[in-house]
Amino acid sequence: MLRDITLGQYYRTDSAIHRLDPRVKLIATFAFIISLFLVKNLWGYVIAAVFLGSCIYLSNVPVKFMFRGMKTIFFLLIITMIFNLVLTPGEPIVSFWKISITYEGLKLAVLMAIRLVFLITGSSIMTLTTTPNNLTDGLESVLKPLKVVHVPVHEIAMMMSIALRFIPILLEETDKIMKAQMARGADFESGSLLNRAKSLVPLLVPLFISAFRRALDLAMAMEARCYRGGEGRTKMKPLIYRRSDYIAYIVLIIYLVVIIVFGRLLFR
Amino acid sequence: MSIILDHVNYIYDEDTAMAHAALIDVNLEIPKGQFIGLIGHTGSGKSTLIQHMNGLVKPTSGNVYFDGKDIYDSDFDKKALRAKVGLVFQYPEHQLFEMDCFKDVCFGPRNLGLPQKEVELRAYEALKQVGFDDAYFYQSPFDLSGGQKRRVAIAGVLAMKPEVLILDEPTAGLDPKGREDILNLIAKLHDEMGITVILVSHSMDDVADYVQRIIVMNKGRVFLDGEPKEVFRHYKELEGIGLAAPAVTYVMQELKEAGFDVDTEATTIAEAKNEILKVFGKC
Repeated sequence: MLRDITLGQYYRTDSAIHRLDPRVKLIATFAFIISLFLVKNLWGYVIAAVFLGSCIYLSNVPVKFMFRGMKTIFFLLIITMIFNLVLTPGEPIVSFWKISITYEGLKLAVLMAIRLVFLITGSSIMTLTTTPNNLTDGLESVLKPLKVVHVPVHEIAMMMSIALRFIPILLEETDKIMKAQMARGADFESGSLLNRAKSLVPLLVPLFISAFRRALDLAMAMEARCYRGGEGRTKMKPLIYRRSDYIAYIVLIIYLVVIIVFGRLLFR
Repeated sequence: MSIILDHVNYIYDEDTAMAHAALIDVNLEIPKGQFIGLIGHTGSGKSTLIQHMNGLVKPTSGNVYFDGKDIYDSDFDKKALRAKVGLVFQYPEHQLFEMDCFKDVCFGPRNLGLPQKEVELRAYEALKQVGFDDAYFYQSPFDLSGGQKRRVAIAGVLAMKPEVLILDEPTAGLDPKGREDILNLIAKLHDEMGITVILVSHSMDDVADYVQRIIVMNKGRVFLDGEPKEVFRHYKELEGIGLAAPAVTYVMQELKEAGFDVDTEATTIAEAKNEILKVFGKC
């Protein structure tokens, strides 16, 4: 049941995208998201769609799997669309009572929805093709310049990697606890809101206890191996750019130039 | 009161690259009152199998019947089924949550919608049945030892008065003494209450002394199914899949090879002792 959540999950397979340096993927995702907000006409969306489509194709992740995670944000998408539809001033198409749907609103709603879907698909390609450890390694390396202004980059990255590492473990544990309590007749699905909230207690107590125990064990294990923060720490697998990474950067730059020229400058 | 599994298949993570079959064409009949040992390696599908028996997992294909009724029929009462087929999970930490042991054991019967008095009576009985000391009734379950926690967990399921009791690795992580205590307790529950017991384990030595029937799982399939003596006759095949017959079987085999006329079918230490004494003419 809880295994269905795919947003932010890693999909284990081999592909050109999987093999890329995490820094490339981080920067590319960031650039892609920014590019979505620079676009001013339909051409821009077409170019972004083509770029995204080729990335999905290259990533070897089944499209079905990728969009399964989309269900969770469906609600958000609908709300955004409704707000855009009714709150944008302009030339009305239909109007009833005090609400009118305008041409501009319709256009904005559709474009906003596409933008959101692209944004989430883009970032999920990154998380689906990069292991959490690699991702935080990449993040640490990309954010390194911030150390100058005393941002604890290593500590943040370490916390993130631990948090990410524990998501699947705790999900699996939640699943087991749910089953253990369901075997004792617990019901998590029906009843009033208050009853359902109450029914979470037998789930949350064992989960929290186990999370604290795991945290203590982990802290102990880290201390036993003399962990003392990031200062002077070397990596077992340092990130090194390879040829394919440079090619990816070149492709990214070409994409950015094309989308800015066609999506923003040429056709207004 | 029997459970029947008919051509049950179960596939994890269907439609993804991680898809793998956890159960392949499993056909089993669990008659009432039997004491069964379910043996298999980690990942052999035994935990998945038992979760089918009380409807926690739905098979990808195939049917599960309880008392002749398909448990996945839309009008089948799953809650009632889970009371009748009690499943105790491997880690008591996954189910203990209340402030004290007594309240925790009350959780199961209360979910059945019983009146408060009946709930408390059942909880008291269940805790007594597992030999839990009165002194600990109102202690936090988290302060108990591993063996005591397990007793509370078993009591939590027993309080629902199941007809079938399934225990997933009830001896995991216990010391030899605690292990024997728990196994003796389970045997006692079977004898006194006449309930069906399915004991899941990866150790033959654990189950050999107690059970009437052994089901061996390997890679999602039923590998062997029969009386202990019958199953241990295949000890070479068992080794082939990384399991072993009980130590007693090996001793008897080696004695036989060394020229002593012992019966190699002795599976328990008591039987082996008699056999050996017989050979030396002292019995």
